[in-house]
Amino acid sequence: MSHTTHPIQEDDLHAYIDGQLDDARIIEVEAYLAVNPADAERVHAYRKQNEMMRKMFDPVAMEPVPAEIKGEVKRRSDSPRKVIAPILRYAAVVAWLVMGGVIGWILHGTEPTEPVRVATFAQQAAIAHVVYTPEVLHPVEVGADQEAHLVKWLSKRLGADIKAPSLVSVGYQLLGGRLLPGDSGPAAQFMYNNESGKRLTLYVRTKVKDNEATEFRFEQEGKVGVFSWKNGPVGYALSGELAKPELLTVANAVYHQIQP
Amino acid sequence: MNQINTLIEEQIPRLRRYARALVRDRARADDLVQDTLERAWEKRQLWRPESDIRAWMFTIMHNVFVNQLKQSQSTKAFVSMEDEEHEIPVRATQDDDLEMRDLLSAIGRLPDEFKEVVLLVGLEQLRYEEVANVLDVPIGTVMSRLSRGREKLRALMSGIPSPTLRRVK
Repeated sequence: MSHTTHPIQEDDLHAYIDGQLDDARIIEVEAYLAVNPADAERVHAYRKQNEMMRKMFDPVAMEPVPAEIKGEVKRRSDSPRKVIAPILRYAAVVAWLVMGGVIGWILHGTEPTEPVRVATFAQQAAIAHVVYTPEVLHPVEVGADQEAHLVKWLSKRLGADIKAPSLVSVGYQLLGGRLLPGDSGPAAQFMYNNESGKRLTLYVRTKVKDNEATEFRFEQEGKVGVFSWKNGPVGYALSGELAKPELLTVANAVYHQIQP
Repeated sequence: MNQINTLIEEQIPRLRRYARALVRDRARADDLVQDTLERAWEKRQLWRPESDIRAWMFTIMHNVFVNQLKQSQSTKAFVSMEDEEHEIPVRATQDDDLEMRDLLSAIGRLPDEFKEVVLLVGLEQLRYEEVANVLDVPIGTVMSRLSRGREKLRALMSGIPSPTLRRVK
């Protein structure tokens, strides 16, 4: 053992928790933690803090833009002409940003003239796709290594038999899934990726109304393509930034596994 | 011009998530987001397209937040965090619920400069260098606040008495 390693410092433990450590150092930190139970316990506690924070606050990113902001914007836009020009300009910008709301920010290139009030089922799926697929460290709450637990948990929370379809035949592996707040109760999201790291999500919600989704159909929400359909009260939406024919291949694979 | 609109818009969900964790009160959090959006628009010429829009927006939010704190302290209109109801944005199982309440209350008791670091790293998953840039402090300060902030949270959650945090510059 002639080569020397730097002793493990406090900063290493945090970088280990936050995924900001290189592979070689990870091994050294893990070896250190194996023989330093007090530090291992701290690392466990800090990691849990991160997980709980995300669990508590991730849903905020999914909420529609609140009425308070809309009200504020409306007051500004309605204020008389004598208001100095810059304020009007900023109010216009904020109104612009808010009107499109959560929907607008994924509908690139769409004219933001008509406020969209309620996200359709496919749009909800697209929003969830856009929010969670860029997550590097925690794209899912429960990983595919615990698939049985994941499926059981989501089925229980949604009150329906939910399956995580296997998409290996079309080149995608299950990464895991998460529980999300939906318009009418909880929704589930399964995430998949292929060898080049491309991610797809399958969004599942119960109590989907007939006017939200019925037959198999395609919608383009900005960069995200969504195939959605309804099987009884359960709605499915497959989202991905793929060309329509490629996404269709995957959607077919999902569809055939889910339909009885 | 349209491009910056789109880029700013894309950040809204993340800004709202961070703001809610930072100030907790829903209305104040949304005020913070709105002020940040306005400020970003005013300063849009200063943004360089090759830089990361997310870090830029978080920097603006930090500055707006600090200014709001200064103003509220000078007018003494600031409500004590301890009196506020602990609002959890997501429903959880009962066990989780208790732990989340503990964590939420502990976060509320962290001094702001520690809270910002803990949240930017833990919730927003910014890299340490990015946090240093956002807060305009040396990276050593980020690491020190992170370490002490996390330990303070752990102590508060487990009921262990812990020394009060002093500001580090």
